[in-house]
Amino acid sequence: MTPKEYAMDRPAQAGSVLDPVLRRRLMAVLARLPRQRLESILAQIAPDVEIHPVRGPETGLVMVRGRIGGGGSPFNLGEATVSRATVRLSTGEIGHGQLLGTDRQHARLAAILDALHQRGDHQGAIAAFITDSEAELAQAERRQAEETAATRVDFFTMVRGDD
Amino acid sequence: MYVAVKGGEAAIANAHRLLADRRRGDRDLPAITNDQVVAQLSLAVDRVMAEASLYDPALAALAIRQARGDMIEAIFILRAYRTTLPRFGSSLPVETGEMAIERRISATYKDLPGGQLLGPTFDYTHRLLDPALLEDGDVPEGTRRPASGEPAMRVSDILSGEGLIEGDGEAGGENGPGDITRTPMEFPMGRDVRLQALARGDEGFLLALAYSTQRGYARTHPFAGEIRIGSVEVEIETPELGFAAPLGRLKLTECQMINQFKGSASAPPQFTRGYGLVFGQSERKAMAMALVDRALRADEFGEDRTAPAQDEEFVISHCDNVQATGFVEHLKLPHYVDFQAELDLVRRMRREYEAARHPADDASEAAE
Amino acid sequence: MPHSQQTPSHKNSQRAYAGGFADPVFQSQAVFRALMDAMARPGRIQTLDDSVDPPAPFSRAMGAVALTLLDADTAVWLTPAARASVVPSWISFHSGARVTEDKAAAQFAFVEAGQSLPPLSSFALGTQDYPDRSTTLVVELPALGGGAPLLARGPGIETTQTIAPSGLPPIFTTLWRDNRALFPRGVDLILTAGSDLLCLPRSTSLQTAEE
Repeated sequence: MTPKEYAMDRPAQAGSVLDPVLRRRLMAVLARLPRQRLESILAQIAPDVEIHPVRGPETGLVMVRGRIGGGGSPFNLGEATVSRATVRLSTGEIGHGQLLGTDRQHARLAAILDALHQRGDHQGAIAAFITDSEAELAQAERRQAEETAATRVDFFTMVRGDD
Repeated sequence: MYVAVKGGEAAIANAHRLLADRRRGDRDLPAITNDQVVAQLSLAVDRVMAEASLYDPALAALAIRQARGDMIEAIFILRAYRTTLPRFGSSLPVETGEMAIERRISATYKDLPGGQLLGPTFDYTHRLLDPALLEDGDVPEGTRRPASGEPAMRVSDILSGEGLIEGDGEAGGENGPGDITRTPMEFPMGRDVRLQALARGDEGFLLALAYSTQRGYARTHPFAGEIRIGSVEVEIETPELGFAAPLGRLKLTECQMINQFKGSASAPPQFTRGYGLVFGQSERKAMAMALVDRALRADEFGEDRTAPAQDEEFVISHCDNVQATGFVEHLKLPHYVDFQAELDLVRRMRREYEAARHPADDASEAAE
Repeated sequence: MPHSQQTPSHKNSQRAYAGGFADPVFQSQAVFRALMDAMARPGRIQTLDDSVDPPAPFSRAMGAVALTLLDADTAVWLTPAARASVVPSWISFHSGARVTEDKAAAQFAFVEAGQSLPPLSSFALGTQDYPDRSTTLVVELPALGGGAPLLARGPGIETTQTIAPSGLPPIFTTLWRDNRALFPRGVDLILTAGSDLLCLPRSTSLQTAEE
């Protein structure tokens, strides 16, 4: 068998210089949303995109680290399952997807969307997707925070009797 | 001594078939689903993840079902599964100070910033069996109240402002905490390695040891400084990205135990700390871990090591229930040959014993 | 973290993604089998297939050994020239291994063609309790034949095995004798040339033909 071959000399395209902050935000929502949401956005913006696998999708482990005392030097807490994929579009962009769990298809979809984000022709749609998804995730977080807030203890001091 | 024993294949196959049958149980009842276990037996799932040392709720639920609810068997199955996967790397240390909090209490500060948040706790329930659960009726959703948005400051940071409590220590050592899954354990060990072992340790064993410290076997005068449960983001350094890639969130329980310390020649009197951090919602385990962590720090503080909970080799060597069950349960395996050898030995010793007694009998008869 | 120091150019980063195993499980097993046979039969040459196409300055055999033996738990030492190339990114992406500049902390070390061989004792030599904690060196030579013949003896060799690698420094037999004297400690050596490799585990002794 021959090694994976593809155009290695493709120059950086205009628009593929990515804002790492935005790219990280995209990856954060892709990791947390249900897989169906990734399927629907992909079907909406690029249903026929041509994909070449570079690595995976594959499932493995990441050793999760904590800090001694919460803020000291690191220690190994235990492992978590992680699935990841790297894909290349026929136009050359390389996308990475990685998330907790064993859903390899989810990781592959995340990688495709990361690659599409770099291509430039869907940046508007993907930026809107990031904003909407973050709002949706924030809403779920707010709900949990509000449920927790309702269990907050309001202390009141007992009035002592007069002598 | 072991010798190869052949036979039993049909018996084993039928036993496994019978196990599957009993696991399924009454076919008139619907089979329990994985999602149901994840959603409705979530603390069982959390315990299996913590002690298997593998965070994956769906796989832990599968293990619980496969083990018919036998938790240690489920932990064993999940621990075995993790050995089949390659490791991609290590996460950045999770920031428990930035946890999305579901529960957070302190027994040392009533009015702490962020408040006492009880969350979904068993505390203050009456521990009375609830027949209403048999009815499967409607369950109201949680009450909501606007969240204050006030950050839940860590209790250890409040005290450290006054210098009355030991700090977190150096935040260095980013390149290599010890790893018991890669390197054989050696005693004495670093606190990093000890915490890894305790985090996967058996809840019952650590609970009993923690209890022993409270009853006077290595008393450490503990207070539950803070317990927090919630989710944190996990990130992995990814060279090809140039930044740490977010992987999603996982749920953790953290316990900061605060302990009295009367001081030593080199350190003024201050509070010391024990630390517990556990996968999932597992407050009892995190508290027990923190108490045992503090007891195991005896040498650091020049305390006499007199109790089991202070004996690092004893505690760490016996806290892993997968190792423990393997060695205890291996006694079920055939030991026919060495038992026969022992039997012969006991018979011979008995003959010698009788022979030695015999002249004495003669002597006593002669005396009559 | 040791990575993230340099942002490779787009072209380089593209090269980093190319040339890994297309079928990692089976292809790495085939390379592992060849390596195992080569370690078990010191001095015998194994030829690898072209399942890996590493970037310069690595040869195919170096690349195949790297992607077969390295993983996220291993630290690898590279020459300064290789460290400055796309090789660290390529190794990192395909194996997860991290590059270290500390020879004594490296489980594996790679010396490509044209680079001088550092002193063997500068690498990890293992401990008496854990002799396995030593560095395995992979050294590229112009050819595994055509050089001055050396007689190899030791476990895995029935009587003697003659090897004649070209391009080893003249002092090599002395260096190897010093390494051999540390047994059970010491480094293991994989000599590569193009797609060929042969192994010299620490248990193998070498003599020049005149000795």
